Amino acid sequence: MQSKSKKTILLDHGSGGIASQELISSIFLKHLDNCILAALEDSAVMDNHPGKLAFSTDSYVVDPIFFPGGDIGTLAVHGTINDLAMRGARPLCLSLGLILEEGLDLDDLERIIASIAKCSKSAGVPIVTGDTKVVPKDKCDKIFINTSGIGIVAEGVEISSTMAKDGDMILLSGSMGDHGITIMTRRAGLTLDGNLASDSAALHELVALLLDKLSPGTLHALRDPTRGGVATSLNEIAAAVGLAVEIDDLAIPVKTEVRAACEIMGLDPLYLANEGKCLALVAPGQAVEALRLMQSTAVGRNAAIIGSLKAGKAGQVILRTSIGGSRIITPLHGEPLPRIC
Amino acid sequence: MCLAVPMKVIEIHGSPDDFLSGQIAVVDVDGIRKETRLDIVDRWPDIGDYLIIHAGFAIHTLDPKEAETNIRLMREMAEKVETIESSSNRL
Amino acid sequence: MKYVDEFRDSTLAEPLLEELHRAVSRPFRVMEVCGTHTMSIFRSGLRTLLPKGIELISGPGCPVCVTSASHIDTILAMAERKNVRIALFGDLFRVPGSTGLSLAHASSQGAGVDIVYSPMDSLKLASKYPEDLIVFLGVGFETTTPGIAATIMAAKNSNVDNFAVFSTHKVMPPPLLALLDDPELQIHGLLCPGHVSTIIGACAYQPLVDQYGLACVVGGFEPADILQALIMLARQIDRGEACVENAYIRAVQWQGNSRAQQMVNEIFKPVDMEWRGLGVIPESGLAIREEYEFFDAEKRLNITLRPAKEPKGCRCGEILKGKELPSQCPLFGKRCTLGNPIGPCMVSSEGTCAAFYKYAE
Repeated sequence: MQSKSKKTILLDHGSGGIASQELISSIFLKHLDNCILAALEDSAVMDNHPGKLAFSTDSYVVDPIFFPGGDIGTLAVHGTINDLAMRGARPLCLSLGLILEEGLDLDDLERIIASIAKCSKSAGVPIVTGDTKVVPKDKCDKIFINTSGIGIVAEGVEISSTMAKDGDMILLSGSMGDHGITIMTRRAGLTLDGNLASDSAALHELVALLLDKLSPGTLHALRDPTRGGVATSLNEIAAAVGLAVEIDDLAIPVKTEVRAACEIMGLDPLYLANEGKCLALVAPGQAVEALRLMQSTAVGRNAAIIGSLKAGKAGQVILRTSIGGSRIITPLHGEPLPRIC
Repeated sequence: MCLAVPMKVIEIHGSPDDFLSGQIAVVDVDGIRKETRLDIVDRWPDIGDYLIIHAGFAIHTLDPKEAETNIRLMREMAEKVETIESSSNRL
Repeated sequence: MKYVDEFRDSTLAEPLLEELHRAVSRPFRVMEVCGTHTMSIFRSGLRTLLPKGIELISGPGCPVCVTSASHIDTILAMAERKNVRIALFGDLFRVPGSTGLSLAHASSQGAGVDIVYSPMDSLKLASKYPEDLIVFLGVGFETTTPGIAATIMAAKNSNVDNFAVFSTHKVMPPPLLALLDDPELQIHGLLCPGHVSTIIGACAYQPLVDQYGLACVVGGFEPADILQALIMLARQIDRGEACVENAYIRAVQWQGNSRAQQMVNEIFKPVDMEWRGLGVIPESGLAIREEYEFFDAEKRLNITLRPAKEPKGCRCGEILKGKELPSQCPLFGKRCTLGNPIGPCMVSSEGTCAAFYKYAE
């Protein structure tokens, strides 16, 4: 193969000098331009809003950095927006911290920054402050991203696992396992082809709709089942509230191709990561309405009621199987899952 | 782990007599495709046949008649209950 | 999914379950010796639905679980050698040897350890790392061995000189005969393994019928398959008969897969093999024949197996024989958990302890 000299990240790009400034203006500001970020001050200063503050942070080290349905940049924007939304917050702004490996292809970097810009714009949540460091080759894997986010929780809104109650219905906003299986099948050695794609998506508008339309106080808890999957999130909810969770295997939406890939690889979709799905615990009287609302959105069109909270052994999650039996669902136990988000 | 799901043959490369040619089939289940080796399969498949696969090797080509017999026997065993039940209901 | 969804139809399982309740006239014990059966029974919740009279016990059907501590220690010693890379199926990765360390630890210390999906992937590794000897860990029963034999054949045909197999391959009938000789173990029927039988054929269980009067039924992996096999076992036991029956005719024939059998016989020869919990069983293992010893890691690396102690207090041996349940092991759920496994039955995803820990109430 002919090696054309392509532009790559150099240690100089992290020096804080001229090369850093060039990188900022040629790639970052080109895509992420907004007045707060463009000021290039040491911190972002914003107007105050009534309500309570929500604050969250997450780091993204996914391998591969590009995959069907998204890339490390879409995860970094959607992930932190979703973490804010899971407490009922309206996301206000994000920070963007980049750790780049020396030798990273500049085109790849620009592609990631462009998709960060696109996601942030369509979600209406700007990147208002940022930082970039470059580390020597092999000291990180291409690119690591940290995003933090601030959101506002309106007066009277209290969304937390501890608010969940006996009898609450459990909704899942769409099919599970899409992201996890997509990443796993892209890795070396596990060569599967097929129509698999990550579900990376922002959920704050779906949450806002639920908060707006459901009777006040009936949306009790929200979780986004990322790493560890639906199984682990349900265990966390059951443990937090001291009740048992019962779910119905036949009610849980899983795409046929995801199910097929799971069969081939011996994986259980309950333990696969999702990047654009939430679990919602809703008072029984409002569950059908919550389902209708979810299904009216693009990200929630395949939503389903998958189970309920029950009195029983505290912290236990039970699955009713397709043949009418039952089994315990434990949290994820260090399976040989390579890092996936 | 055994893979319980038979996969449909959509492409065949190589021939049953030539071991050096790389005997490979591309198989599909619900839109998911992968390659499988045909070195040890019991019956050389045709396109459209279903294979049982273990660790990257096809080990059995399904005979549709056997599969039909399998499900028929199972249904008969299941349906027997209903006949017994309906007769016991009458008593 | 064709040939899957028909067998998963819930309107099929329900009446089969009712028929099973009807067919059980007296209590009996069935052993299953296939890790995939064990997992299917737990994952479908079948255990919670069975008639009281049926006791299902898991035998030595998980290949990782029956790999002896001395084999694991040898594997760990190989991983430490310079210019050796280990290629393996994922399940072996976290199995601790007699010191408590595993290939996961070796890998974290810089040893070359690659998890592969198929043994053929190790030939790709061989061309990727031409300076290293790629040692594929040959662990498994009759289902896995033919593919590994074919991989050795492919390596020979394409002159790959940096690939070898460490063979701890095992065959299923000898340990079953050894277990049936044990007067303490009372079993009435055998749920014969699925894809092992695809290779060796249902005929392989005839000696168990002839010598021990054991009811034998080959079963598939779907809950309905297993229910059908249990009904056939219950009927045999009820009639006081014993024969080999096949409830998995879409995948298993009487004589098995002769092409795969020939491939195995070409490369491997029977040898005495140590099983965890069962000790050394004559002619229960497979070693690489002299003609192919270039691909034998034991010869290439001049390895001698040394005896090793099982983890202290671990009851995996008794559990593998079906004599004890995981809950009878003093370590189970206390010192030995999925997060911190001590014995192999907890490490392997198909292990009996892992299944009880994960799925049983």
